[in-house]
Amino acid sequence: MSELKLMKGNEALAEAAIRAGVDAYFGYPITPQTEIIEYLMNERPENRTGMVVLQAESEVAAINMVYGAASTGKKALTSSSSPGISLKLEGISYLAGAELPAVIVNVVRGGPGLGTIQPSQADYFQSVKGGGHGDYKLYVLAPASVQEMADFVEDAFDIAFKYRAPVLILSDGLIGQMMEKVILKDQKPRWTDAELIEKNGDWAVTGKKGRERNIITSLDLQSEKMEARVHRLQKKYEQMEKEDLRFEKINCDDADYLVVAYGSSARISQKAVELARAKGIKLGLLRPITLFPFPQQELFELANQVKGILSVELNTGQMVEDVRLAVEHKVPVEHFGRTGGIIHTPEEIVAALEQKIINNGSFRHHKTRESSLL
Amino acid sequence: MEVLDIIKPENQVFCKSQLMTGNALSYCPGCGHGTANNLIMEVIDEMGISEDTIGVAPVGCSVLAYDFMNIDMTQAAHGRAPAVATAIVRTWPEKYVFTYQGDGDLAAIGTAETIHACNRGENMVIFFINNGIYGMTGGQMAPTTLEGMKSSTSPYGREIATMGSPLKITELIANLPGVYSVSRHALHTHKHVRKARIAIKQAFENTRLKKGLSFIEILSNCNSGWKMTPNEANEWMVENMFPYFPLGDIKVAGKLKV
Ligand SMILES: Cc1ncc(C[n+]2csc(CCOP(=O)(O)OP(=O)(O)O)c2C)c(N)n1
Ligand code: SF4
Repeated sequence: MSELKLMKGNEALAEAAIRAGVDAYFGYPITPQTEIIEYLMNERPENRTGMVVLQAESEVAAINMVYGAASTGKKALTSSSSPGISLKLEGISYLAGAELPAVIVNVVRGGPGLGTIQPSQADYFQSVKGGGHGDYKLYVLAPASVQEMADFVEDAFDIAFKYRAPVLILSDGLIGQMMEKVILKDQKPRWTDAELIEKNGDWAVTGKKGRERNIITSLDLQSEKMEARVHRLQKKYEQMEKEDLRFEKINCDDADYLVVAYGSSARISQKAVELARAKGIKLGLLRPITLFPFPQQELFELANQVKGILSVELNTGQMVEDVRLAVEHKVPVEHFGRTGGIIHTPEEIVAALEQKIINNGSFRHHKTRESSLL
Repeated sequence: MEVLDIIKPENQVFCKSQLMTGNALSYCPGCGHGTANNLIMEVIDEMGISEDTIGVAPVGCSVLAYDFMNIDMTQAAHGRAPAVATAIVRTWPEKYVFTYQGDGDLAAIGTAETIHACNRGENMVIFFINNGIYGMTGGQMAPTTLEGMKSSTSPYGREIATMGSPLKITELIANLPGVYSVSRHALHTHKHVRKARIAIKQAFENTRLKKGLSFIEILSNCNSGWKMTPNEANEWMVENMFPYFPLGDIKVAGKLKV
């Protein structure tokens, strides 16, 4: 039965993973996402569904365990937070190169380095611009609520298996740690071995019973083959852009100004839209749900309608680059960010909009760091 | 008349395994890797488990093992094979899973993955091809490079004071309770090849009986990396490597041999 519960974002994700029929979770503790492995260990999913849960010796081992389970066609999940994701990038690049489906969760904290355990969106570049070595991209889902923490697990696996590619759920310490009501879906059965072989037997390594052998590798020493592989990956990314782009528009129909924000910034920006409208400023919010693919066309079109755009992020200016690219200098685009684990207040966002966009309508290419951070 | 025409099939001891793909080996002529690949395939074939076996070969000269071994195989990142194999064993417990790793792979970059997979006692076989050098990248120093041995990154010979002692990782691993059997072999003579074959078979038997982790070190020459002919390399191995890395059983059925 689907169930209504009050849960932390991290716990909701863990419970949803069991219910989505995930085969295996491999992880290593790091704040602010440790509840995911703690919840799973406590739930004994091996008894509930047969799901394997293992605490690896490091993030490097955990992502390579995901690589191993994914090689065999299983649904494998891992989660971490920023410094841990940096370690996982080796494995993520191999997953992309070997064309393996898997889901990686990043509950982002502030950095660089050991940084802070507080929420941040400073891993945007790392998430959408590759991160690891080589020409690859990740399909990136950015939840903005505990409900989406739960729902996106299954969505992420659907995409991962549709494209045979790793998928990233990019959350942050705020969404991971906050409690909200969440509707949990019914338990889905895990694939039986026979179902798995039926679905993934043409590529997965399960033992070559009744067929020619399968090989999983990211190595192509012949340049032509390697180029073909890279082109095959690019085709997937183009298809993702066409078929699986996701975004949400709030109060955009009559908007004179636009905020672009994802995840927890979008939650706070939603309140800012209300405050601005109460003041008579027609503000709309575009929330990218997928950060790659990015709602470029939608932004391009909105730029014909609005007078200026504010990119609200918990960093010093990362997504704003993609917003500017999409808008092609049609209207001013500014960035408003907080870092260090500090989150914006809705009032600050409205103030930033007034200062940087409304009262500063001139088209500015150059801006100082201070004006960017307010 | 060919030599093979003279030998009666029933007397033939060594031949190419039916489970080798027939693709030309990318290993240097005279290198132990080829023999080791062939032996493992021979045993898997003989045991009739080729359709239930998954091999993991990471980076190093063995990276292309999937070109030669006609079974399902996954290629892993440098050093990570034991973690990759762990997940395969955990999610498909009824399969035969093995890793095939060099010394740079297993004893340097992958030390953590190796020790922890062994410590957890994963039900699989680890093959450790120890040639005392990084072969693939052109003969750099490995953790197992002997004292005084020259390599491209220890051009004056390995100095213990600055580079540490050659790592006896196999002895280290043998001490872990999760590890069921450990032995060290070499492939330079028929006698030794036969001994290694028996150990390989025992290791897959251990998997069948779910005994946990079996670890087989195979001392092998790297004639290219050592800058010797294959024969010289084998002689050098006997003279220099055997005293430091003695052959034989180190742990049998969960008990250390003293
Ligand atoms: C992360 C990473 N670091 C370094 C390398 C380069 N590299 C490839 S093979 C190798 C050494 C392999 O040596 P060994 O494991 O002893 O195997 P051998 O080639 O001697 O059989 C190195 C350092 C790599 N591929 N990946
Ligand atoms: S480089 Fe050394 S280990 Fe590699 S194939 Fe050649 S002889 Fe064998």
